[in-house]
Amino acid sequence: MSRVAVLKGGRSLERQVSLKSGARVQDALELNGHSVVGIDVGHDLVQRLLDATPDVAFVALHGRDGEDGTVQELLEAVGIRYTGSGVSACIRCADKVLAKHHMLDAGIPTPDFFAFNETAFKELGAGDALPAIERRLRFPIVVKPAGQGSALGIKFAAAPADLAGALVAAFSYGDKVLLERHVHGRDLAVSVIDGEALPVVEAVPRGEDFYDFEARYEIGRTTFICPAELPQQVAGHAQQLALDVWRVLGCRGFARVDLMLDAESGELTVLEADTVPGMTDTSLLPLAADAAGIPFDELIERVLELALR
Amino acid sequence: MTIDDRDGRPRGEPRRMATAAGARPTSRDLERYDGLFAARTKVMKSSAMRDLMALTERGDIISLAGGLPDTASFPPESFAAIMGAVAADSCARSLQYAPTEGLTTLKGCIAEVMAEEGTKIDPDDVLVTTGGQQVIDLVCKTLVDPGDVVIAEAPTYPGAVPTFCSYEADVVQISLDGDGMRIDELEDTLDALHRDGRRPKFIYTVPTFQNPAGTTMSLPRRKRLVEVVRERELLVLEDNPYGLLRYEGDPLPTLHSLDGGDFVIYLGTFSKILSPGVRLGWSVGPRPVLEKMNLGKQASDLCSSSLTQHFVAAYFAGGRWQDYVHSLKEIYRRRRDVMLDALADCFGADASWTHPQGGLFIWATLPDYIDTTDLLARALDEHVAFVPGRAAFLDGRGSSSMRLNFSGVGEADIREGVRRIGEVVREQIELYGTLTGSHPVVAPAEPAPAAPDPKLADVLQLPAPERRRRDARGG
Repeated sequence: MSRVAVLKGGRSLERQVSLKSGARVQDALELNGHSVVGIDVGHDLVQRLLDATPDVAFVALHGRDGEDGTVQELLEAVGIRYTGSGVSACIRCADKVLAKHHMLDAGIPTPDFFAFNETAFKELGAGDALPAIERRLRFPIVVKPAGQGSALGIKFAAAPADLAGALVAAFSYGDKVLLERHVHGRDLAVSVIDGEALPVVEAVPRGEDFYDFEARYEIGRTTFICPAELPQQVAGHAQQLALDVWRVLGCRGFARVDLMLDAESGELTVLEADTVPGMTDTSLLPLAADAAGIPFDELIERVLELALR
Repeated sequence: MTIDDRDGRPRGEPRRMATAAGARPTSRDLERYDGLFAARTKVMKSSAMRDLMALTERGDIISLAGGLPDTASFPPESFAAIMGAVAADSCARSLQYAPTEGLTTLKGCIAEVMAEEGTKIDPDDVLVTTGGQQVIDLVCKTLVDPGDVVIAEAPTYPGAVPTFCSYEADVVQISLDGDGMRIDELEDTLDALHRDGRRPKFIYTVPTFQNPAGTTMSLPRRKRLVEVVRERELLVLEDNPYGLLRYEGDPLPTLHSLDGGDFVIYLGTFSKILSPGVRLGWSVGPRPVLEKMNLGKQASDLCSSSLTQHFVAAYFAGGRWQDYVHSLKEIYRRRRDVMLDALADCFGADASWTHPQGGLFIWATLPDYIDTTDLLARALDEHVAFVPGRAAFLDGRGSSSMRLNFSGVGEADIREGVRRIGEVVREQIELYGTLTGSHPVVAPAEPAPAAPDPKLADVLQLPAPERRRRDARGG
């Protein structure tokens, strides 16, 4: 049995989700007989880690600090092993733009995109390139902050007039913004544990306008189906793509890869990878594990063992 | 497997414990209870917004998001003296249950508070409640079946929204302007509902220093509203937490006093004139309605705290309650003025905002391309918070507005908080200008309820369309 520090909460916009994930992880670890200390990540993080002297840290910290490699770097510095991906994979995944470039370089399909930081617009006249971008990506265009994990800040520009407002909103969350071709189709997610793909989950917005992005992220307005009702070949392809992403981005432990299945062409594309996936009772990775016959406690135990290996 | 409303598992399949065999289940394994939850618990607001609002409570944030009165201004020695008096005079009674309708002495105090605003009532017609919020809950409990229409203002008090939702009300929102709720729009809406065979159960309004807009319903509109509900035999829930916190202008009669209490359920509270910690509010309304609310309250909590009822009664016996309200008004008036000045300095031509004559809130509206929910995320980076306007609407409106509170933070923090918000607003406006190749000084998105529009006074005189037609036929 191990001494485990569960890192949760923090100062990101996903604090509440992280507190829920962390609490559930703590319960499972305690049930499994570990000695557990929960740490709400703040100014005293390093000191608390040094005081707690854990064998391993379970990173249940979503968003900024937890997913961008910051906390992982600190854990490396103080010599504490931790769950999930290492610093470099976190950096590659947390920046959606970087992740997409790695995918492109490796030949993994991802929706066409452009990305800019604020300086490009302010000092290099990137705004003048918008018409060209519009022609290439075609409306509707998805605009999202490059580094934001939750649904906040994701906007849907249906026409040129929407684009500036969508960019302003996305820049509220960070310095870099992604303009991405919108894929009309089905939202899929494949979770991976130790290089092994779990069954595909599909998120189905319930009875809402297809263009209503908010609906996808509101509780009760989305139904999750696992395993997704897909032809075996398509599900297998989605899982293979997720494993390719896992390998290319250098993930470790566990991760979740989000994909789109184009309704018309049937083409699968990868949107992003999440190195600290949600562990709440409505989160996709635990759902997929459950469908694969892995109960939550066992899932947590495996993730922990992978960190200690 | 489908994770749906009720049960995450296919019909008929036995529910498997998520934990290992023999392990003790944990209380946080929510899915185990999911099938037991009532349908009304599924009606939830956006989690993203809730998560964002939770961050505004961080200690290092200047929060203009709250609605807190400044309880630090209450003298500790007064508190000690009052508690001493309660201990000496009514120790056993203050530790005992109270009648559901409240202590007689407290009901006398309530009559005194209402008289201060010119509303005369019989103390026997008072139901003491656990905060004003319980009145909203009890009124819904008494009147609303799932799917019933409740009419509210647009924007409305964000704290009423979960209550309406938990009773599965169909909330219809009526626009506000500088003179409060648009009664012409209300009448049109009532007509439209009538044509659909639907009668709303009640109209919820905060007529004086509205939360969140800060506006006050004009006298002609008050009179017309009372007429409308009388003609159509509907109830109004008049939520009046701030009426005594007037910093300028002449007091207006309450809807209750204009109506005489036949169709108006009045909601009052000690939260803003003494303390929200005592959790005491009240309702005055038509007796049959109040009796049902009394039954509802018995089922909810039997009675409100005897201890705090004795505390408030003893406080009123001291005869100084008006002095304290006066001191609060002085503090809040200054803070309001500081905020108005800061807004003029820092928001400039890019925004409009209300000029409340009292209460706790200012409602500011930015150009329509700025989304205040996203802006809040940016503002939190600068350690300042407000309530995004969307929280006050059920239909996605309000995305360019924000509610700012001036009662809960000191003058220096108000100045600094508004300065920081103004900075991020300016940043976004500049960015938008860069993106669109213009430097827009755009008119604010929706007509913010700002200065009263004199033309609107005429609107009030217009008869309702249905009646107009009837009159035409009659003539």
